[in-house]
Amino acid sequence: MPTEIGGLKSALIRRGMARRDFLKFCAAMTAVLALPSRYVPRVAAALEGAARPPLLWLEYQDCAGNTESVLRASKPTVAELVLDVLSLDYHETVMAAAGHQAEKSLMDTVEAYKGQYLVVVEGSIPTKDGGIYCTVGGRTALDLVQEIGGNAAAIIAAGTCAAYGGIPAAAPNPTGAVGVKDLVNGVPVINLPGCPMNVQNLTAVVVHYRTVGAWPATDQRGRPMFAYGSRIHDDCERRAHFDAGQFVEDWGDHGHRKGWCLYKMGCKGPETFHNCPIVRWNDGTSWPIGAGHGCVGCSEPNFWDTMSPFYERLPNVPGFGVEATADKVGLGIVAGVTGVFALHGVASAIRAKAQPVNRSKVEVEEE
Amino acid sequence: MHAVCSVRAVENALGIEVPLNAVIIRNLIEAAQYIQDHPVHFYHLHALDWVDIVSALSADPAATSELAQSISDWPKSSTNYFSAVQAKVKAFVETGQLGPFANAYWGHPAYKLPPEANLMAVAHYLEALDWQREVIRIHAVLGSKNPHLQTYLVGGMALAIDRDSPSVLNAERIALLKKLFAMGLEFVEQVYIPDLLAVASFYKEWASLGTGHGNYMTYGDFPLGVGDPSLHPELLFLPRGAILNKDLSTVHPVDQSKIAEYAAHSWYEYSRGNGTSLHPWEGETQPNYTGPQPPYEFLNTGEGDKYSWLKSPRYEDNPMEVGPLARMLMAYASPDAPSHASVKEKVDAVLAHLGVGPEALFSTLGRTAARGIETWVIAEVAMGWLDQLTANMKTGDVRVHNGESWEPSTWPAQAQGFGMTEAPRGALGHWVQIEDGRIKHYQCVVPSTWNAGPRDGNGQRGPYEAALVGTPIADPEQPLEILRTVHSFDPCMACAAHILDAEGQEIVSIKIQ
Repeated sequence: MPTEIGGLKSALIRRGMARRDFLKFCAAMTAVLALPSRYVPRVAAALEGAARPPLLWLEYQDCAGNTESVLRASKPTVAELVLDVLSLDYHETVMAAAGHQAEKSLMDTVEAYKGQYLVVVEGSIPTKDGGIYCTVGGRTALDLVQEIGGNAAAIIAAGTCAAYGGIPAAAPNPTGAVGVKDLVNGVPVINLPGCPMNVQNLTAVVVHYRTVGAWPATDQRGRPMFAYGSRIHDDCERRAHFDAGQFVEDWGDHGHRKGWCLYKMGCKGPETFHNCPIVRWNDGTSWPIGAGHGCVGCSEPNFWDTMSPFYERLPNVPGFGVEATADKVGLGIVAGVTGVFALHGVASAIRAKAQPVNRSKVEVEEE
Repeated sequence: MHAVCSVRAVENALGIEVPLNAVIIRNLIEAAQYIQDHPVHFYHLHALDWVDIVSALSADPAATSELAQSISDWPKSSTNYFSAVQAKVKAFVETGQLGPFANAYWGHPAYKLPPEANLMAVAHYLEALDWQREVIRIHAVLGSKNPHLQTYLVGGMALAIDRDSPSVLNAERIALLKKLFAMGLEFVEQVYIPDLLAVASFYKEWASLGTGHGNYMTYGDFPLGVGDPSLHPELLFLPRGAILNKDLSTVHPVDQSKIAEYAAHSWYEYSRGNGTSLHPWEGETQPNYTGPQPPYEFLNTGEGDKYSWLKSPRYEDNPMEVGPLARMLMAYASPDAPSHASVKEKVDAVLAHLGVGPEALFSTLGRTAARGIETWVIAEVAMGWLDQLTANMKTGDVRVHNGESWEPSTWPAQAQGFGMTEAPRGALGHWVQIEDGRIKHYQCVVPSTWNAGPRDGNGQRGPYEAALVGTPIADPEQPLEILRTVHSFDPCMACAAHILDAEGQEIVSIKIQ
């Protein structure tokens, strides 16, 4: 099997992608990577000469949500990914082969491309009782991920389960589920947490690898900075409403219909680092806060245990200006409405006065 | 699907009535799930059991164009179009890196389609990949993102409605939904259904294979009004019911208290003994692995052996098949169901086209055809539901949530409930018990446990196992025929596929001996 089959550009053109579309794709990737636009030619140049590396996609304690996410890829599309960008040599959900023939595809690649292939892991790996809670073809996930992952060029942990154990690892973690990084040493592991991961970040990681010849910079939790370097709360389109003390108080109320801040409905945006507000989901169509529901912090380690109850507000999130908390922001509004300025901070009173007056009702703080 | 099932279980436990807009939004989300998921199953998870990609390379593009235009008005059908698709596939094959298409059973004698039909199907495999990505944007509009939607609430939906607000479900977003639903129906009518009929006509022998027990069960779904759908089956567009032993003349009512799960051959331990079965409210999930220590080649499947992580759900001790075939049979056999006329018209048209009788439905081919028919029925009716939501918006009805019991402090000290839904794969139920504002006990009984579960305490096989009995195998080393029947159920990839592979192997070896 040849390792070099021509560049991505020629592959895309073979599939009917025009030069202009190729550059648009490069521009989109440059933007996702948060690189200045002058990098577009560099991304293009790197991709033009890029090879088509084999990819092994391993599913363990998973729901195939990250696989579904990949099916939603648009830049490039999943057909382009599978036919041109990567050689998807093993993927239980989509591969045509079954049984022994499927396992043959896997081991063929592991042997022929030792140290060169990429691995994506979806789902957590159970370690309790010798790993018997997840086996594929009679071998444990624990055994497989160490052999196949241990001989890879790099591993991408797709989704919160593969990155940190995720939902299977939630208390009481009956199977001893862990993420990939806990099991494989000596091979770079890139964590792309999220429930599921956003496929645009997966594509960007692969492009970054080809463009710069290295994996993107990661934070202490193994997450690429370009995708997880910024807090949802800071990039949120509803942030101005938080700063202005405009909160949804009941589902379907005036504030909810006007797109106000969901902090009081339990939004975990203030404690979650992810680029959801920037890239959004499904080709930029929407994202949780955009659709009216708070963030549940699905890309943070142990989110199921640490971010729940999902509808309980986070305590003590610093607010705008001199206000220390949203409680005080709320009190400031009451003050502005009732005219009792002196009881509360001057800044909050001024800000409250500066708010638009077209609200049909002003919620009075109970706390 | 688990999201809507779980909120229904809690709403049932606490007696919460969901506003009409939220009922419609949930139905639209579920409809979009069917419209996207069924074609993805057909084209990307099942088609290659029937379609030989390698054979497509020797097709005549002009003859393919003729074939395509004879069965559909779909515009992508020119000779040039199929030539381009063929050239792409050829270039891909020539790289020597076959990726997900490597080591499959290409050239197997059980592949019956002519090269032109194979090329047409390969073209639509690729088209469907692009189409599904676009059509599922419905979920992003109504549910924030796909997969894993995030707008379900106990008591309604978190998707606010305001036709004049820029931030929520407004007139502009309704227009987008209309476009996407129309795109869904168009593809189903012009590509999916014609392809299904074309492929099926070459595989009619599969209309008498893969039957199994002939027992079918549905919980029903798509409530057409306000009220607890778990308690009011008369509200449901797709009806609730049970059919026993292929007898379409009687649809039995379904009572959730008659559902119980065995763990006789499952790696769990029941406190009252492994021969017993437990209703989900009493359900236990205490793992007890007794299989071979990995790495192993075969599981132990002797008389008393456990061999699966799935339990064996039974209805009045009967193994029941769930899924699109069960739903279409139930609607076909239930004259009072709101979906009856639409389902009957389409089922009869498909049977007439293939020149077979209703008995052909009880088969591998029937299962695959029922999935397509159901997609057609739902894609059609969903357009009307969207119109209804739009009409409500116009009259100023913006209620999406009933907050009366939102605060756990308002709940009784103890409560229990169940939620019933029809996931694309089949009947899905959740059972919850609440104590002091917290979940005390929770059990899910999912479609793939109904279909793929092991033998029960009475030694009865589950639907997969029963359906495989008697399957002819041309080449035991390449059991393509096994894949056809197992895939016709649309296995839940996440929790059962690995077990099923081993299970399938074992049945092959039994047949050989």
